[in-house]
Amino acid sequence: MATTLDQLEQIKQRIEMIDPAAARDEIAAGVKVIDVREQHEWDEAHLAEAVHVPQNEVLERIEDVAPDRSERLILHCRTDNRSARVADLLEGVGYENVAVIRGGIVAWQEAGLPVVQPEGLTPEQRMRYSRHTLLPEIGVEGQLKLLGTKVLLIGAGGLGAPAALYLAAAGVGTLGIVDDDVVDESNLQRQVIHDTRRVGRPKTTSARETIEALNPDVKVVEHNTRLDASNILEILEPYDIVVDGADNFPTRYLLNDASVRLRKPVVSASILGFEGQISTFVPYEGPCYRCLYPVPPPPELAPSCGANGVLGVMAGVMGLLQANEVIKLAAGIGEPLVGRLLLYESLGTRFTELKVPRDPACPICGEDAREIPPEEMGKFPDYELFCGAPAREPTPEAV
Amino acid sequence: MATVKIPPVLRAQAGGQAEVTAEGTTVGEVLESLVASHGELRGQLFSPDGELNRYVNVYLNDEDVRVLDGLDTAASDSDTVVILPAMAGGRG
Repeated sequence: MATTLDQLEQIKQRIEMIDPAAARDEIAAGVKVIDVREQHEWDEAHLAEAVHVPQNEVLERIEDVAPDRSERLILHCRTDNRSARVADLLEGVGYENVAVIRGGIVAWQEAGLPVVQPEGLTPEQRMRYSRHTLLPEIGVEGQLKLLGTKVLLIGAGGLGAPAALYLAAAGVGTLGIVDDDVVDESNLQRQVIHDTRRVGRPKTTSARETIEALNPDVKVVEHNTRLDASNILEILEPYDIVVDGADNFPTRYLLNDASVRLRKPVVSASILGFEGQISTFVPYEGPCYRCLYPVPPPPELAPSCGANGVLGVMAGVMGLLQANEVIKLAAGIGEPLVGRLLLYESLGTRFTELKVPRDPACPICGEDAREIPPEEMGKFPDYELFCGAPAREPTPEAV
Repeated sequence: MATVKIPPVLRAQAGGQAEVTAEGTTVGEVLESLVASHGELRGQLFSPDGELNRYVNVYLNDEDVRVLDGLDTAASDSDTVVILPAMAGGRG
C-alpha cells in the first residue's frame, strides 16, 4: 500500500474528511466507526463504539464488519494518514459511503471527546506473558487478574522461596513477604531465591532483589517481622491469598484462625525429609487447617528440618504446587485442592490424595463457631501454650 | 491383611518400614495388630484409654475414619490404612 506523499495528498482531497465533533454526532446516531490502528495503540485507548480492524486486516474482514457496501462508515487512525489510505482502498472495492475523521484520535481527544482506556497489557507485558496468554484458560484476561492479585507469603524459606520466585515470574502483581530471618548458607540448598552474596542479609530484602530483577511488574512488600496475635490481622487484611510456608505449628494455627476470620484463602504446605503435604483452605467453602489437624502433635512427632533434614528438591516441588494453587485461585481456573490433601513422597515419586472434610464441630469454622464480633477480633488464645511449646528464642540457625 | 502406610516420623518404631501389612477386619483391629508387632507405636497412636490420639489422622484409603465408623470402620485386604500426623517442618 505504499504511496507517495503526493498521492496521499490527492487521496485526502478526494475522500470525505469530517471533524471529530461531526463524527461524534454521527456515531451517536448509530453510524459504524472503524479504528484501523495497531493492537497496542488500541490497547492504550480507543473510542468506546469503535470496531477494531487493523489496517492490514481490512480487506480480509470488511465484508464481515460491513456486508452492505452502501452502509455509511467512519474510519479513523491516529491522525489520518492510514485511515485515508484505507478509505481509498475501500472505495476501490465498492464501498461508496466512507468518511475519515480529520486528525484522527489525536484530534478527537484534543476536542475533549471521550475514549476508553482499558487496563490492557502493555506491549512489554504481551511479550513477557505470551506463554500464559496463549493458554485459553488464562488469556489476557487471566493475566490481568494475576497482575491485580495480592499474595502474602508467610516465610521466604524453603516453601516461600520457590513459590515467590514462580509467582513473580507469573506476574502476580503484589507479593508481600513475612520473614524476620537472615539468609544462612544452609538455606541455599533449597531456598533458591537467595544466593551466596546475600548471606547475613534479611531474607525479605534478598527476596525482593531477586524478584525485582526477574520481573519489574511485581511490587514486593517486605514484612520483616514475625507474625503474632498483635499484628496478624493488620498484615493479612490487604492481601487476597496467603501462601503458608511457616516453620512452626503456633504460627499455622494463628494464621488459620485469622484467615478464616478475614475470609482469606490459604494455600498450606509442609515438607520434611522426602515427604510433603499440601492443601488449600478456602474459609467456609472447604475445611480449615483445624478441621484437618484439630490438635498439634507432641514435639517428638514433629521434628524440624534442621533436626531431621529435608531434600532440597522437596521445597521446590511443594512450593511450586503452592504457586500453582495460587494461580488457579487468582485466575479462577481449574480445581484447587479444597477439601483435598495431596501427599508427595519423593523417594518413590508417588502422589496420594486424601479427602479432608469440613469438621462440623470445628471451633473456628464449624456450625457452632460464633461469627467473631469486631470487638473480639485480634484476641487469640495463647498459641504457644496450645501447642505445648515454650516461647521460642530466635536462633541463628535451625532450619 | 490390610496395608498400613507408616509416616516418616514413625518408621523407626515400625522397623524402618514405610508400608506393612496387618491383620484385622476393622481399622481398630488392623492398628492393634500393628502395635502388637511394634509396641513402641502404641503410645504414639493411642491414648491410655484406647482412643486414637487426636493429633493422628487415620484414613481408610482416602477417607478420614472419623467420618466413617472410626476404629470400627471395616477394613478388607484391598484397603490401605494411612496414618498421618501433622507436619510443620522448619523449626518445629
